[in-house]
Amino acid sequence: MEKFAALIDALVYTRSRNEKLRLIGEYLRATPDPDRGWALAALSDGLDFPAVKSSTIRTILKDRVDPVLWTLSRDFVGDTAETASLLWPQEQLAPEDAPSPPTVSETVALLDAMTRKSVLTELPALLDRLDVSGRYALLKLATGAMRIGISARLAKVAFADAFDVPVEDVEEYWHGLKPPYSELFAWAAKGADPPDMADIPLFKPFMLAHPLEDTVVSLEDYVAEWKWDGIRVQLVHAGEGENGETRLYSRGGDDISHTFPEMLPALDFPAILDGELLVQGAVQGGEAGGAASFNALQQRLGRKTVSKKMLAESPAFVRVYDVLSLDGDNLRDRPWTERRSILEELMARLPSERFDLSAIVEARDFEHLAQIREGARDDAIEGLMLKRRDSPYVPGRRTGLWYKWKRDPLLIDCVLMYAQRGSGKRSSFYSDYTFGCWDGDPDAGADLLPVGKAYSGFTDAELKKIDRHVRQNTVNRFGPVRETDKSLVFEVAFDSVHASKRHKSGLAMRFPRIHRIRWDKPVHEADRIDALRALVRD
Amino acid sequence: MPAAPFSWIQPHPHGIYVVPADAWVDPSRAVDTALVTHGHADHARGGHGTTFATPETLAIMELRYRTGAEDDAGDIPHKAMPVRYGETIRLKGGVDATYIPAGHVLGSAQILLEHAGERIVVTGDYKRRPDPTCPPFEVTPCDIFITEATFGLPVFTHPPIAGEMAKLTDRLAAHPDSCVLVGAYALGKAQRVIAELRAAGHTDPIYLHGAMEKMCRLYEEHGVDLGELRLVSDHTKDDMRGHIVVCPPSALNDRWSRRLPDPITAMASGWMRVRQRARQRNVELPLVISDHADWGELTDTIREVNPQETWITHGREEALLRWCQLHQRPARALALVGYEDEDD
Repeated sequence: MEKFAALIDALVYTRSRNEKLRLIGEYLRATPDPDRGWALAALSDGLDFPAVKSSTIRTILKDRVDPVLWTLSRDFVGDTAETASLLWPQEQLAPEDAPSPPTVSETVALLDAMTRKSVLTELPALLDRLDVSGRYALLKLATGAMRIGISARLAKVAFADAFDVPVEDVEEYWHGLKPPYSELFAWAAKGADPPDMADIPLFKPFMLAHPLEDTVVSLEDYVAEWKWDGIRVQLVHAGEGENGETRLYSRGGDDISHTFPEMLPALDFPAILDGELLVQGAVQGGEAGGAASFNALQQRLGRKTVSKKMLAESPAFVRVYDVLSLDGDNLRDRPWTERRSILEELMARLPSERFDLSAIVEARDFEHLAQIREGARDDAIEGLMLKRRDSPYVPGRRTGLWYKWKRDPLLIDCVLMYAQRGSGKRSSFYSDYTFGCWDGDPDAGADLLPVGKAYSGFTDAELKKIDRHVRQNTVNRFGPVRETDKSLVFEVAFDSVHASKRHKSGLAMRFPRIHRIRWDKPVHEADRIDALRALVRD
Repeated sequence: MPAAPFSWIQPHPHGIYVVPADAWVDPSRAVDTALVTHGHADHARGGHGTTFATPETLAIMELRYRTGAEDDAGDIPHKAMPVRYGETIRLKGGVDATYIPAGHVLGSAQILLEHAGERIVVTGDYKRRPDPTCPPFEVTPCDIFITEATFGLPVFTHPPIAGEMAKLTDRLAAHPDSCVLVGAYALGKAQRVIAELRAAGHTDPIYLHGAMEKMCRLYEEHGVDLGELRLVSDHTKDDMRGHIVVCPPSALNDRWSRRLPDPITAMASGWMRVRQRARQRNVELPLVISDHADWGELTDTIREVNPQETWITHGREEALLRWCQLHQRPARALALVGYEDEDD
């Protein structure tokens, strides 16, 4: 547990992604099985121990520390697990009498065996065996919320880097295995055979697209489809009959089956489908079936359980655009044209209320296609996809096979209001900007209302210049945030704008970024909120 | 008619007033007569008529206010009255004041005030851990003990400094192409960190932010050996690879740090005990080093001094007050203004 605790400590204070990868990799290489597997589970998906809750920790601490001192301390520190780790009364013992700290595996076994009742004596016994860093790591692991800035994806990349195996393979095996992932380590670290995944609906890494930018392609070689504004998903069914199982994966390879349970029975034969998950609705008229706005879809994301009402009001469906395997045959090596005709035939086997086929956009030539793209005003469309007709389905982003050709962004002139320091390489720069629009006529005393935040879209040289502007024009400071004198206009680019209760302006932009810095533009010429509101389409 | 007990001392929002002497301890605004415990700006304001302080504290005040380095600089003390450690001076109205080491920074003192057979100790800021830059805190029996409580929460335990120094030098050894940039309060903390590094056998030159230079020289003039110090501004990036650079905390994320070779950001402060505090400041290497008493020191000291009453000047007084209450010790919080949570 000491090494795991040291890793957690180091990760807490590390901002650089590469350094995080290095730290995790080093730990995974140096730590024996099954400790490293449990640690990897704690860092990625999290472990769940129903007997240990944040309230359990509070109860245990209030038995040992004066409740008033506990509350004062908790309020100051701001985190229950950390407060408890710092306040735990540690007995001062001679080194030879000191209890030996548990291993990660032992810790997991002990936590797993605890009941609501036994936790009140067993968790303290465990805390007594650890130092302050160990206690912090234990309590974070036990409550399943590490919150140290490590995503599941980062943990997988670190694993792949540590043992020099392809991250696509790691992603592929990951979902078929359970902590402590013994087969995964046996394969990656010890050269054993890859894990057997025959009957498990496994995630296959997605094929991704490059932005088209200035490239021009021939429609003889490439086919065009709409790029839909939903979420990319993979629906996988494995096994036959009773043993069959269906899972839904997000773009990052996370299992989101529980979020969209209505999709699971819709695929009942072995297949892997790639498509866009959308919510049915009348708001956006699609070519085939209507899709609701992304906002409606957003209501359904991130939920562990879904209410009946939600299922009835906002049912999901998948607009399919590729098939990776069917009835046990791997189709990924076949050219797109072949996969497409298999897919078109396959549609008859899929229930139409849960699936439709992503239509091909017909155009005479590239120029004509460009016109069609310009004319597309449907809000569920983000732009076009261009796919090479003879290309196999390859994981990752391979040049020249798939392109995304997004619709030109919407633009609006905003005024810089607040700036916050960045992190990592940017930690000495004010690089995160909050900007606003006028809530009326600026010459008649209107105020600026914040409408969004952006931290990209500018060059390093521009960043230096904005940073200087922020420092020289600060009127107020709030911790790491500076309020500026509102004297700089940004032309902000964004993909769409939606009504939102979360923001004071009542609006939320998607993918806002700084498009141009308008050093020349007087602030009173920046846009008003009304101009932004007029762009809302939901 | 004898006066009520202890009526000769009065806490006010801007300082502790010694009535018969018409003198103030660490007043936060200019007064005729000031008794100053130590040189930190929130205790040692400028502009007093007469200032009683240790010779070291007077030297620090003169350096700061003469050079105009402090934002809130007043005038040079008109009349500086040096009081050596252990020395007792007689003030107006029959009040005796004795300056006793507080172990906080160079020149820091507790002030023992005696009048009409009653004894009151004002600690100023203090700590109980050894510090190569100043003599250790001395426990002084008294009736009223007026204590600080900067780290007055039971979560604050400052670990032994040797371990923190090892963290610093280990990190440096692991990254020979970088420098470790240590943010440390310019008076006291910076010099203590440097002196502790020297004591631990670190003989390499240490690089300084320009704002630290004069205070380090002052320490050296008072017999604290800081080894070879160099100014960042006199050197190139490459010179500083594999070395320690010390700067004020405010410079840590400042443009100034861009001239350093891939700095690893460290900060020496008692607040670093709390992870979020370190993360908020983008600190990669938190060093829990404080010149204040931690919770254990605060409570142990109250037990040892064993006063009739404990008064708490500033910090997290609520928790220390609660502790006194739990241990049946009469106590009150003075709610003084103007003392800051410096970047300690």
